[in-house]
Amino acid sequence: MAGLRLEGLRKSFGQNEILKGVDLTLADGEMLVIVGASGCGKSTLLRLVAGLETPTAGRILIDGRDVTRLDPSERDIAMVFQNYALYPHMSVFENMAYGLKIRGLPKAGIRAKVDAASALLGLDALLDRKPRQLSGGQRQRVAMGRAIVRDPKLFLFDEPLSNLDAKLRVQMRGEIRRLQRRLKVTSLYVTHDQVEAMTLGDRLLVMHQGVPVQLATPTEVFERPADTYVAGFIGSPAMNLLPGTLGRNGTAVSLEGTEVGLGTRRYALPDGHGVILGIRPEHVALDPSGREWPVEVVELLGSETLIHAGRTGAATLTLRLANGAPVGEAVRVSFPPEHLHLFDRATGLRLDPA
Amino acid sequence: MERRTLFPGRLLPALLILPQLVLTFVFFLWPALQAIKSSLEREDAFGTSTEFVGLENFADLFNDPLYLAAIGRTAVFCAGVTAVSIGVALLLAVLADTEIRGRAFYRTMLIWPYAVAPAMSAVLWVLMFHPQIGLVGAFLNRIGIGWDYKLDGTQAMLLVILAAAWKQISYNFIFFLAGLQAIPKTIIEAARIDGARGFRRFRTIILPLLMPTVYFLLVVDLVYAAFDTFATVYAVNGGGPGQSTQTLVLKVYLDGIVNANIGSSSAQSVVLMVGVIVLCAIQFRFLGRKAVT
Amino acid sequence: MTGRFIPHAVLTLAVLLFALPIWIAIAGSTQDSAVIARGELSLIPDLAGLGVYRDVLLHGSAGAGPVWRALLVSAGMALVIALGKIALSLPSAYAVTFFRFPFRMTAFWLIFLTLMLPVEVRLIPTFQVMSNLDLINSFTGLTLPLVASATATLLFRQTFLAIPDELVEAARMDGAGPLRFLRDILIPVSGANIAALFVILFVYGWNQYLWPLLVATDPKLDTVVIGIVKMIGLDTATEWNKVMATAVLALIPPVAVVLLMQRWFVKGLTEGDK
Repeated sequence: MAGLRLEGLRKSFGQNEILKGVDLTLADGEMLVIVGASGCGKSTLLRLVAGLETPTAGRILIDGRDVTRLDPSERDIAMVFQNYALYPHMSVFENMAYGLKIRGLPKAGIRAKVDAASALLGLDALLDRKPRQLSGGQRQRVAMGRAIVRDPKLFLFDEPLSNLDAKLRVQMRGEIRRLQRRLKVTSLYVTHDQVEAMTLGDRLLVMHQGVPVQLATPTEVFERPADTYVAGFIGSPAMNLLPGTLGRNGTAVSLEGTEVGLGTRRYALPDGHGVILGIRPEHVALDPSGREWPVEVVELLGSETLIHAGRTGAATLTLRLANGAPVGEAVRVSFPPEHLHLFDRATGLRLDPA
Repeated sequence: MERRTLFPGRLLPALLILPQLVLTFVFFLWPALQAIKSSLEREDAFGTSTEFVGLENFADLFNDPLYLAAIGRTAVFCAGVTAVSIGVALLLAVLADTEIRGRAFYRTMLIWPYAVAPAMSAVLWVLMFHPQIGLVGAFLNRIGIGWDYKLDGTQAMLLVILAAAWKQISYNFIFFLAGLQAIPKTIIEAARIDGARGFRRFRTIILPLLMPTVYFLLVVDLVYAAFDTFATVYAVNGGGPGQSTQTLVLKVYLDGIVNANIGSSSAQSVVLMVGVIVLCAIQFRFLGRKAVT
Repeated sequence: MTGRFIPHAVLTLAVLLFALPIWIAIAGSTQDSAVIARGELSLIPDLAGLGVYRDVLLHGSAGAGPVWRALLVSAGMALVIALGKIALSLPSAYAVTFFRFPFRMTAFWLIFLTLMLPVEVRLIPTFQVMSNLDLINSFTGLTLPLVASATATLLFRQTFLAIPDELVEAARMDGAGPLRFLRDILIPVSGANIAALFVILFVYGWNQYLWPLLVATDPKLDTVVIGIVKMIGLDTATEWNKVMATAVLALIPPVAVVLLMQRWFVKGLTEGDK
């Protein structure tokens, strides 16, 4: 049984195609995080699933039922909004009960469901308060409560944590994860924050300019990014992407005259093919025999040190080092072959060895 | 500006807006069209037939020295009301915006005349300036200034300007105060650090930031003075003595309702209509866009 | 200290000048009409003369009926106009902001156009319409034509445009249809704006002069504002204390409404008109 299925979903606003075809299947109880920069179409995708927008083409199936043309209220879903969207004139209890009331549930049934949800979220003591009397985290919980009481087939989260301060965000992130695991409700979660995406999702969908570029587990997205966009987007600081050309029968890359060996890997492409070499900052190794890069900026982050090296105008390189690493005017580094990623310079796509 | 989220359906919104549209049509649009139509017609002396006369009514109007005089008089009246109400309100608002004790009290005591009907403000000012019974009027006569707005046209004009400006001061005051409070404190603090103080700070920092409010009120006050003061002027002296306070709105009423000269009154209505549209367009162009877009 | 003195002095002077006309009316109302007519009005009220309020309320004065009746007409007119405008403008603003239907903007502009058509510019034809509909000298005629309102529609539209989209979406997810949303969410959330508008419209209704002058010649339909202008128009044998007492009575309701609801009213006025 599939929790959610999207088939060829497209959306245009006038001439402007926001979503250029998404196919997706979510297993029952799975949490999928849709991540991407603003304007990538991730919110539109969520709003299509919610029924707040009508797709230009394609189908949406929830639990096997085609809901493409149904009103949001008929889809058996619940949504948590970025700005909470609590009804300001209603108490916490009324906020959570409103949807149930409209569905015509008996008073006792509503009471029981709201009580259960508020116990789960630790809102018991706040049921009579108005939203303006609550802190940001509490409001967020009420918004979740409103979704939970409905007992939906699908949860939708639209950047629910971005209005919270950093510390609370980490805490609520954990809570959402625990709740979702416990309730086992299929969930779609939209965020632009890659840390949130990595920690929350069973799988990630990375979107770029209306196109899904990679759908995979967080580990795979991190370890085997599908293209240079994903490589640069997931991971902080971002992966170093250095343009070069393939050489030595596909076993080395030449970067501005320096040759970088690819170890045991061999790529079945002609020498001189334009590539982009990717290496994460934490994988760049200090090596007295390596090439020298002049240091531009040193950032001390407390637990680690970031070095930005390179000549103005040319490629720059970021290094992530343990504190106390010897850093002078320049660093000499090498690129361990096992941590190298290779992308096609023309298409940006990941290249795999033969 | 449009909302992102809309409700589906066509019948429901049509039903919701229908009552308003019906009233608008019956009592506003239809009469306005009728006014335009009869401004182009003339009734014969017995009122039995009408004929189309084109722009003749307008030609007559603008050749009528009495009408031209009324235009000039209205201009003086509007300028007087606007200048007094904006000037005084700005002064009071600037003073009331400073950090002084009793701010809330002052505000309340300066806002209430907003609630006074234009006709009532005429009554109150008559009671003050009546040449015999008015406290001020009788006093002026006692000290030898011959005061009688029922005989002296200039005095009558002065009185209607003051009576009309009085309640508008409150209106302007409310807006100036809101405008002043909208100026970020940090800007004033920056000006203080730069050493701008007193009147200089007002002239170089506060007034320029307040200009949108000033322009807005300029138009609102002109519309008020031109149209909403019928009751004030009419209640003071009925446009007299002679025609000395007969503004354009008074003339429409007197010519149309009292003297039953439909063609001329309709033409005057149309002229006024053009006047409001021009004022609204100015407001729209420069300030009020926010209200509609 | 000198920096504080001038503002206090100017503001106090303004407050006194603003209050002077009212004070004269209050003080004068308690004094003898003949004394006032001689120009000897005192600024100190005579408490013994307070009976005049009973007199004018119950019996009126020369040229005007009992004031209670006029107050009733005024109150009825102000309430019907204020509530009527709200009842009419709220749904129409709701329709143009939350739906998309054919001729939506045309309808909106037609309503907007009424801003530019005050009674003064359509005097005679409006009178003719009223007489064709047989509404002259009726309470309906006094109120109904003033119930259409561009200002209130514009104000509500502003308010509705500022409602966050997510709130609407949350309500839709909760299963609320358009009418339910209007009743359960939109009207309660706009409560403060409705209150502010009520103040503005009540004052507007109470203060009407030209319209009642035009459509209601029957003294039974005289509003208190019409009544008092009639009273000062009679130059001979004016009972000045009664005029002043009536003036005070006519001023109390709108001034009280504005002062009691000052905060909402100021907010509604300055946020709406700009």
